[in-house]
Amino acid sequence: MSDSVEIYPKAVLDHGRHPRNRRAIADCSHFAQSDNPSCGDDVAVSLRIDQGNVIRDAAFDGRSCVLATASASLMTELLVGKTPAQAKMLFQRFHALATGDAEKFKDSMEVETARMAVLSGVHAYPVRMRCATLAWKTMLAALENERSQQ
Amino acid sequence: MKAAAEEIERPGALEGIDGGGSVSVWPSADQRGDHAGFYDVEAVRADFPILGETMHGYPLAYLDSAASAQKPFQVIEAERAFYARDYANIHRGFYVLSQRSTECYDQARCVVKEFLNARHEHEIVFTRGATDAINLVAASFGEAFLNEGDEVLLTVLEHHSNIVPWQLLREKKGIVLKMAPVNDAGEVPLDEFIRLLGPRTRLAAFAHVSNVLGTMLPIAEMIRAAHEAGAKVLIDAAQSVTHTKIDVQALDCDFLVFSGHKLYGPTGIGVLYGKEELLDAIPPYQGGGDMIASVSLERTTYAPLPAKFEAGTPPIAQAVGLGAAIDYVTALGLDRIGAHEAGLLAYATERLSTIKPLTIVGTAVHKASVLSFVMDGVHPHDIAQMLDSRGVAVRAGHHCAQPLMARLGLPATVRASFGLYNTTAEVDALAEALEEVEVMFLQ
Repeated sequence: MSDSVEIYPKAVLDHGRHPRNRRAIADCSHFAQSDNPSCGDDVAVSLRIDQGNVIRDAAFDGRSCVLATASASLMTELLVGKTPAQAKMLFQRFHALATGDAEKFKDSMEVETARMAVLSGVHAYPVRMRCATLAWKTMLAALENERSQQ
Repeated sequence: MKAAAEEIERPGALEGIDGGGSVSVWPSADQRGDHAGFYDVEAVRADFPILGETMHGYPLAYLDSAASAQKPFQVIEAERAFYARDYANIHRGFYVLSQRSTECYDQARCVVKEFLNARHEHEIVFTRGATDAINLVAASFGEAFLNEGDEVLLTVLEHHSNIVPWQLLREKKGIVLKMAPVNDAGEVPLDEFIRLLGPRTRLAAFAHVSNVLGTMLPIAEMIRAAHEAGAKVLIDAAQSVTHTKIDVQALDCDFLVFSGHKLYGPTGIGVLYGKEELLDAIPPYQGGGDMIASVSLERTTYAPLPAKFEAGTPPIAQAVGLGAAIDYVTALGLDRIGAHEAGLLAYATERLSTIKPLTIVGTAVHKASVLSFVMDGVHPHDIAQMLDSRGVAVRAGHHCAQPLMARLGLPATVRASFGLYNTTAEVDALAEALEEVEVMFLQ
């Protein structure tokens, strides 16, 4: 009856209520934090990228709505094992899903795209785009922000 | 409708302000419990075409009138008919249409003058909205009367539109901004406000009703105190003009602003009321056509009020629409509208109080029909999204009042606001959808 509820399918609610990797990474190599002033949400993303340039651990922390939380949670699961270049490709695919333009990247990263598809309902609600992409954009900033070794 | 005459006789919101006595009670306690029978709500709803819409298969429950009110057929038709029959540019037209258009525009000003009980029609300046009107006062009053070190007193609960123009002026002229505090209930304690009035306070500018919490400020007392301190007063009536009768002479405020679109009228039109001597004393806001008496390359003299502040072709049809909107609410009776809305607020407060994880934000003794709330463990954005899926339209966020949100320690709230056309059934739809939110996100 209602197309609005599709923005909260079970998997999204599950990630929202029981977020994965909501923590800090003590020995993270990359870190960034950002907020959404329109609602006061804030998110921090920390990554541990090893010598071989592979993301070994990804986590997020902060305060946000279910959509932003679920998106962050799913993102951290998908990032592990990827290179920074692959992480950026993932974001492109997520962005395409969230803007209703999923056809664009049909031919690669199919498994990940299928998992992210639970969040595609957001495309009907442009006002929620910032919620859905907050953690992703923070992740991109983190990739550019390598912490100096102490 | 039988009790109509009696209802109209009830003491209005601002009665007593010139009696030198008590704080105005709005709405009165006996009105608060009774939400039925002030007028035929279903008949009123039939005037608003949009209220017949469905959203996601549910009847629309429009609970966002504090952001912008829906428009009755009478307003839509007034604008349509004006464009269809009477439209041309106003002033200096030698042809009959221009004269008719000018008359319609002038008539709208006359309606506003009566509505606010201003002394003169030329004390009514049409602007783009309340924001535009405040910017006008900040720029022109600021230019004439505010110098470095002079103080402007605001309150913490102001809408950004009554903060940012003064901050811009602060950057330009080095004025000092003082902010009257807000207590935990969301009220501005009068004594705290008075304490901040000093010898350098030139202007106090504050909302009549908080757009976030619905708090009704004791403006009669605040105006009197500010005047005693030698300050002028600007009232932001954007949120109050829809709920209660405003009498600028009884209030004795120096400036008062409101927007047409919150008063069931068109967008793009608003009003600045200013006392004649003040409007005369401050320079024009914008230069252009219509605001001049004569222009030469050496020297320009300005037109008399109100044209001095209405540069360029104004929103003519929107003024006509605003006049129709004022006629509409006046015919229904602001006392009765206020009483109806007070009943809805009381009912909604009671109904929402039964939802356990929900906390109502803003518990002022005197409130207009604005209800902000938060739910433990559910983000306001998620609540508003879920309510939308049930046809219930509310707003979530900081409501353009970030300093107030910071004071309350909240990033955002959900806000339901009630207008003259809302019903207890819509409050029930809100409450039932919130119960679903609880199940969906918390259980």
